[in-house]
Amino acid sequence: MTATSTPPEHSKTSLISKEAVAIRFCGDSGDGMQLTGGQFTNTTAVVGNDFSTFPDFPAEIRAPKGTTFGVSGFQIQFASHNIHTPGDSINAMVAMNPAAFKMNIEDVEPGGIVIANDDEFNKVNLKKAGYTEETNPLDDDEIQRRFQLFRIPISRLTRESLAESGMGAKDIDRCRNMYALGMAYWLYQRPLEPTIDHLESYFQDKKGLPEVAAINVRALKAGYHFGETAEMFPARFEVPAAPLEPGLYRKISGNEALVIGLATASQLAKTEMLFAGYPITPASDILHGLSGLKHMGVQTFQAEDEIAAVCAAIGASFAGQIGVTGTSGPGLALKGEAMGLAMMLELPLVIVDVQRAGPATGMPTKTEQADLLQAMYGRSGEAPVIVLAASSPSDCFDTAIEAVRLATRHMCPVIILSDGGIANGAEPWRIPDLDSYEPIVIEHPTVPNSEDGFKPYVRDEKTGARPWVIPGTPGLEHRLGGLEKEAETGNVCYDGDNHDSMSRARQAKIDAAADIIAPIEVHGGVDSSTLVLGWGGTSGSIEAAVSILSQEGESPAYAHLRHINPFPRNLGQVLSQYQKVIIPEINMGQLSMLIRARYLIDAIGINELKGRSFRTRELADRIRAIMDGGDS
Amino acid sequence: MTDQISAEGVAVELPVYKAKDFTTDQDVRWCPGCGDYAVLAAVRKTLPKLGRRKEDYVFVSGIGCAARFPYYMETYGLHSIHGRAPAFATGIKLAKPDLDVWLVSGDGDLLSIGGNHLIHCMRRNVGINIILLNNRIYGLTKGQFSPTSEKGKVTKSTPMGSLECPLNPIAMALGAECGFIARGLDIDAKFLESLMTRGAAHQGMSFIEVYQDCNIFNHKAWFYASQKDSRPDTTVVLEHGKPLIFGAESQKGIRLTNGRPDVVLIGEDGITEQDLMVHDETNLAQAFILSQMFHPEFPEPMGVIYAREDSQSFETASRAQMEQAREARPNATLESLVHGSQTWTIQ
Repeated sequence: MTATSTPPEHSKTSLISKEAVAIRFCGDSGDGMQLTGGQFTNTTAVVGNDFSTFPDFPAEIRAPKGTTFGVSGFQIQFASHNIHTPGDSINAMVAMNPAAFKMNIEDVEPGGIVIANDDEFNKVNLKKAGYTEETNPLDDDEIQRRFQLFRIPISRLTRESLAESGMGAKDIDRCRNMYALGMAYWLYQRPLEPTIDHLESYFQDKKGLPEVAAINVRALKAGYHFGETAEMFPARFEVPAAPLEPGLYRKISGNEALVIGLATASQLAKTEMLFAGYPITPASDILHGLSGLKHMGVQTFQAEDEIAAVCAAIGASFAGQIGVTGTSGPGLALKGEAMGLAMMLELPLVIVDVQRAGPATGMPTKTEQADLLQAMYGRSGEAPVIVLAASSPSDCFDTAIEAVRLATRHMCPVIILSDGGIANGAEPWRIPDLDSYEPIVIEHPTVPNSEDGFKPYVRDEKTGARPWVIPGTPGLEHRLGGLEKEAETGNVCYDGDNHDSMSRARQAKIDAAADIIAPIEVHGGVDSSTLVLGWGGTSGSIEAAVSILSQEGESPAYAHLRHINPFPRNLGQVLSQYQKVIIPEINMGQLSMLIRARYLIDAIGINELKGRSFRTRELADRIRAIMDGGDS
Repeated sequence: MTDQISAEGVAVELPVYKAKDFTTDQDVRWCPGCGDYAVLAAVRKTLPKLGRRKEDYVFVSGIGCAARFPYYMETYGLHSIHGRAPAFATGIKLAKPDLDVWLVSGDGDLLSIGGNHLIHCMRRNVGINIILLNNRIYGLTKGQFSPTSEKGKVTKSTPMGSLECPLNPIAMALGAECGFIARGLDIDAKFLESLMTRGAAHQGMSFIEVYQDCNIFNHKAWFYASQKDSRPDTTVVLEHGKPLIFGAESQKGIRLTNGRPDVVLIGEDGITEQDLMVHDETNLAQAFILSQMFHPEFPEPMGVIYAREDSQSFETASRAQMEQAREARPNATLESLVHGSQTWTIQ
């Protein structure tokens, strides 16, 4: 039989059609749950659903096996319509051990499917998960009442199906995740081929381990056939393809989109790029990704610390390349002084901040939006920079290109705010036509700009930018530095009036970026007196919450900010049209503070710090409560 | 006109420069009598001899008195932030390896706040020339002890004397795998020029420690080594392949006994020049011995302490990887990158 066939006629299994399903794979961090979820996602893409993923893993690489702090999970929501989030509650969970069961069971909807690897619910593992002696939650009446519980001996079944493979127990046990994935594929009518192709190309072609590829494929098929033949599950589910815009698609995460967006920007600018970084969760994948693009003129440098990384990027910009650095909140704090220098030198610089829950080390693998004010103001003196915020995994691509465009146009630092949620989360992306992107025009003068020779701080009237001359250009030798400089000549100058006017010129330059940034667009809520204003990576949750409200007859207007500094020119005028402006953020009200200060509007915040984006149902209810008269 | 070989291997004419061609119109703002003036003059005199075009020089510095250096050089220059000059210089060289980058900064900047970056810049062998102006004090902040100040040093921040053991820049550079390490004196311009010329010719990093007098906050700190009358007995000038001989009448030498140096008198107890330690600048073990020789027990070594056989610089190696990657994937396109490994079509 083929993987895509419908249930045979004699089967007692019924087929239920669903618009959307959220499923979570969870297990020990050594159980390969991220890989399992990733494969389920790839297959879902091929089937043509819209989807959104949420990998949720511990900061510890291998926490003690079987404990609750070693639990790793991967959630995907897939649908026959457009969706924006990985889902509030989950319809189905696969739990590979008691710790995973314990940490995730509360997120399963009432009546939801729970597949537990029964073999692992033994005394030792139950104790490690913190269950008191002799209490197996799978025996609990309440659990059995609340959920559709399936106790399946996945470990034993995997071993039995691979018994004759001649492989060792360790290798065989590593295939449990593929067995579980096979079951999930059967349950949701997914084809096996994409995963088989992946296993063969990875283990067989890349690693030269055909026997490992073979046992993984066999376990995957065995899991699928188990669903078929065991007749344990009363129903299979079908989620038809989503009516996505026609075109060529790929799956993309935020960090992947930043990598290819930065490389694309370098090509559009016909200028090589130096990415200097220091490993930090959840931004390291940007360094990894770019380090594989040397053939595209992207050079990477893993520096000794965050400060050296930003300084090397500035050095590269000084020498005429596009200097980029990437980090998370703690690293952004360390880079503050150098970013101020880049502002003072008036050199292009792109800083990516993949925000995580802080302060200090905080919760490195959990998301947050609490670096906004740090990005805006985290430097000594008056040091304005351009701040952009990506709204979704795929939006990171355009944001990266815009950041390079603005940094080189205005000769200034640009901060890109991403976050742990969109950095690791994936969605389908309709691949854009690269020819539709305007080239990034960069000029490096080669002749003096005045009769008295070259003056490094003469400004372009429109952009406020100073000329970007590359060392090695004869006759234009000049010195840049962190000391305040005289207008035009750039000579060291401590005159108060000069400092005042130079500070204003630097601010004016950032403000001038608003000339080419898109006006903010308002969606829906034509007659509403309420505007929901979001920024950054929460756009999926907010859009979903607003869409719930409009289905329920209460339809606020919704707008989402990519440009935090400068704000779009029309923002004040847009805000003034509404009686209530509601700002949901994963922080204590940072955009609210900026909006209140700038426009004197009594913005109402909805704020959470739970290490994840908003639950859409809860957010919808809180927005409604404010619309109905409360203030959150 | 002199000849320079261009990147294409063609001899191109090079303008003849003089020291004044490297002099900016900016007033030098160091205190009168500061040792930095002599070093500045020596650098301006050295560059015309190096066969490079003026526009290819970049001077980079951190913060401090010495770090004002780039403002006084009529070249490209970057006066950065405290301690981070090695990182800026690394970025410059990675982006444009052909530039001739010189890093001039002080002991506080390079060894205290910037110690981390200096070490890593050295071990990577970034192809820059570093001049450490060591005056054993914080000057610009008006006289606190620095990482090279001697133990017991009484300063504004250590009224009862510093409790800290001073850092040994030469030993640190050796430990950090720096490939060219030398030491000179601010007042001995000719000698400094020769060291800088050697350092500039070295492939990879060169590091020169300069004993520099801060005549305001730490005057005479190096006088034992710099004054005419004491200098012959307190320093030993290193020459590759020659025995270590010093003293006003060249009557003293350094002998190695079981790997330990001691000071001997030539002609006494039958000691001849043949018994003395012969300087081998490629010998790392000897370089470590030299790095531990301090006044008053020993004369302090001046000159090239260590010069490793040329090795590939960081930026050259990084460029080579880029070339290798290009050759391996000549047909890679932006489109293939954007498409990734798996696509699907929605009709």
